[in-house]
Amino acid sequence: MSFLHIAIIAPFLFALIIPFFYKKISSVHTGWFVLVLPTVLFVYLLTFIPTIADGEVVTHLLSWVPSLGINFNIHLDGLALLFALLITGIGVLVVLYSVFYLDKDKESLHNFYFYLMMFMGAMLGVVLSGNLMVLYVFWELTSLSSALLIGYWYERKKSRYGALKSMLITVSGGFAMLAGFSLLYVMTGTFTITEIIAQVDVVTSSSLFIPTMLLVLFGAFTKSAQFPFHIWLPDAMEAPTPVSAYLHSATMVKAGIYLVARLSPVFSGSSEWFWLVSGFGLFTLLWGSFNAVRQTDLKSILAYSTISQLGMIMSMLGVGSAAAFYGYKAGFTAATVAAVFHLINHSTFKGSLFMVAGIVDHETGTRDIRKLGGLMTFMPITFTISIIGAFSMAGVYPFNGFLSKEMFLESMLHATDITSFNMQSLGVLFPVIAWVASVFTFVYSMILVFKTFRGNYQPEELEKKPHEAPVGMLIPPIILASLVVLFGFFPNILSHTIIEPAVKAIYPVSLTGVEHFDIHIKAWHGFNFPPLYMTISIIAVGVLMYLTLTKWQKIYAFLRLHKKDPINYFYDGIVNRIAPIAKKITKVPETGLLRDYLAYMYVFFIVLVGYTLFHFGGFAIDTNNVAEIPIYAWVLVAIIALSAILVPFITNRVIAIIATSFVGFLVALLFVMFRAPDLALTQLLVETVTTALFLLCFYHLPELRKEKTKPVFKWTNLFISIGVGALVTTMALSSLALGNKKPFESIADYFLKNSHDLGGGDNVVNVILVDFRGMDTMFEILVLGIAGLGIVSLIKLKMNGKEDL
Amino acid sequence: MKNNISVHTITRIAVFIILSFAVFLLFAGHNNPGGGFIGALMTASAIVLLYISFDLQTIKKVLSFYFPYLIGTGLLIAMGTGISSMFFGYPFLTQFFDHAHIPILGNVELTTALVFDLGVYIVVVGVTLLIITTIAEDDS
Repeated sequence: MSFLHIAIIAPFLFALIIPFFYKKISSVHTGWFVLVLPTVLFVYLLTFIPTIADGEVVTHLLSWVPSLGINFNIHLDGLALLFALLITGIGVLVVLYSVFYLDKDKESLHNFYFYLMMFMGAMLGVVLSGNLMVLYVFWELTSLSSALLIGYWYERKKSRYGALKSMLITVSGGFAMLAGFSLLYVMTGTFTITEIIAQVDVVTSSSLFIPTMLLVLFGAFTKSAQFPFHIWLPDAMEAPTPVSAYLHSATMVKAGIYLVARLSPVFSGSSEWFWLVSGFGLFTLLWGSFNAVRQTDLKSILAYSTISQLGMIMSMLGVGSAAAFYGYKAGFTAATVAAVFHLINHSTFKGSLFMVAGIVDHETGTRDIRKLGGLMTFMPITFTISIIGAFSMAGVYPFNGFLSKEMFLESMLHATDITSFNMQSLGVLFPVIAWVASVFTFVYSMILVFKTFRGNYQPEELEKKPHEAPVGMLIPPIILASLVVLFGFFPNILSHTIIEPAVKAIYPVSLTGVEHFDIHIKAWHGFNFPPLYMTISIIAVGVLMYLTLTKWQKIYAFLRLHKKDPINYFYDGIVNRIAPIAKKITKVPETGLLRDYLAYMYVFFIVLVGYTLFHFGGFAIDTNNVAEIPIYAWVLVAIIALSAILVPFITNRVIAIIATSFVGFLVALLFVMFRAPDLALTQLLVETVTTALFLLCFYHLPELRKEKTKPVFKWTNLFISIGVGALVTTMALSSLALGNKKPFESIADYFLKNSHDLGGGDNVVNVILVDFRGMDTMFEILVLGIAGLGIVSLIKLKMNGKEDL
Repeated sequence: MKNNISVHTITRIAVFIILSFAVFLLFAGHNNPGGGFIGALMTASAIVLLYISFDLQTIKKVLSFYFPYLIGTGLLIAMGTGISSMFFGYPFLTQFFDHAHIPILGNVELTTALVFDLGVYIVVVGVTLLIITTIAEDDS
């Protein structure tokens, strides 16, 4: 147990005492207490920067279930540290923001902060775990806490819908991921990530390689909202804005990115991984940015923008994975560097933009851009922050988004140089899609700022008179926006401390032999640099498109995209129809009629036993060892058979009872014939008693239902009963014949020999019943006793089924 | 119910014959066909005969057994024989027998299995009569 272990567990423990703060110290906003923990964690994690920058990896081992290879190991390398700093750092800002965003008298804050701390601990667990199973446990905890946070205002229908949707999609991905991890265990015999990476040649040569990759990617894509699993993210915007800022822009949605990056050493270098990751990433980038433009809700724009940006990071990771194929030459690793850099940048500007959206919502009462406008003069600070965030997102100099966008364009251009993986023919798509998507990104970034803060002020549309937000609410986005500017002007303060160790985690030295990545991010590359002209053209076309927005926005209605994302039709169709369809399917066999269930059971019996009998050659008939059958036996059996056949055709109940007991008495006669006096006596007496009981019950049948109808005849029943009879007969004959083939000595001889000497009796049957096998008899009389008491309680206790309730 | 003297008279005689046969079956069981189960059913049928020829209430006054107690007693006897062997260090339900010379009766075989059978007998009598009387008494 190290301090890093405690750092992961601390938020969970802290969550437990949050309700105490909420109830006991109600005069102070609970968020102020909560603020302490992420701050401490952030500062603590900062102390690792020098160690990690030196290229070291901090590991701590802690056994959990060693027999299954599941251990709570900490693996803190550059990638994990980057994520951990994002989680705690933005966590601090989000908690501070939420103190001013959530009203302490109207909201149930203890729930909010409990879930938030749970999420923070789970997210730290995901990024710091060195063991895949532990990673999975924390992964599911993030899904759970995320759903709880989305459904925070659970009295709203849309919140519940969004929570359920995100839960279903991310948990199904999580399950797939669990299966993928299990397959990795099958291949390598370990869940420890470093050990799996060490056995990368085992994994890549295995036949399970492709299924594993697909399963793991399914998990990563659902979590990181890649197409077509992105639909949960826009609906997750029903969560309080601090949650959206924290979970759905900066941290949780990047868990999938983290997983792809973390397992890149295992899978990269194969064309399937390259195409899946970069293909899905690019399409998500395009789809997200294209759809963001048509949104009218601030948070919806940001949601689709997040989808698009996540696709962008994913595509960079995909292109970067080609580096493994080319021996990690410096040029091919640039895409991964860009991915890591953009990951940081996205967290900063998207976090600030969400907070801005929250401020606008908080101060005006609406997030609809059709109602907003002209807020610049009311909220100058918010406007400034949003300008910085949106321009950074659009990729405009001098903000950090510009740098990562240029690196992105450069790496996409560089992707055309890849000659393997069929890239000669399809490679040209990469920069084209990137360019188109960047234009749309520019357009929606402009919409976000100018539709909200410029244009006509519409006071009649707004619920409140807009004014600037309180200082506490402004501080977090100001910090993020200053980071945007800081990283924009001085990008290299991160390159050796954070980015290089992170890239080293994606390209481990043990595999690549590359000790040192030369990362130097700069804004100006000279005129001989194609991404520069791409950026200029993006801005030019983007401005043009923004100005002509109303003219070409009809295309969304034409493409039928104006209402909701078409993938939602699939999701809603499945979720809404699965229960009725299941009900219909269930109703087919479950008729509620006992006779149908009996028919299933007998058919199943015939099919299963019959198949087994004939498939394994169990069928045999042997007449050698058969005793001679006397003529009276023939006669008796013929009479029994005849009367048994006649019973179903009798229409009168009394006659049917008499006929049945007739068969019973004949069976007693059979016992006499086969020299079983005890059985014959018992059979006679039991038959008499049961006949009396039958008659008694028949007498008590209620008047109304005394129908003397003929038994219903059905061909299926006939076939089933003949089948069962034939099968049982066959089994009996076969077991006799096979028993003769391999005869075992019968135990009967022992009883016959020892009955007198050991049991003191000459009636062997009785001695067996009371002496040799007395236990059976004892429990049989117990059964009789229970039956008797059961009948009494059925008749005497006239319960009508409501007593227990 | 009409007074049916001939039935009553025959029943009175027949019941004793049946009951003695039932007791015979119970005791003969160890060496000849018979035993607790059959003896009990025979006893029950004798009492059922009484129920049929007389009134249910009348017979209940004469034979005022509470049948659930009978079942419990029988089970206790059967289990008691099993447990008693454990006091002497033998496994559960070990049966013993010995031949004893008793005046008048002569050489008699005494066995614990008979006690067990007696338990069976009491349970089966109790159960059979309990079921029949309960169903017969039910008016609803």
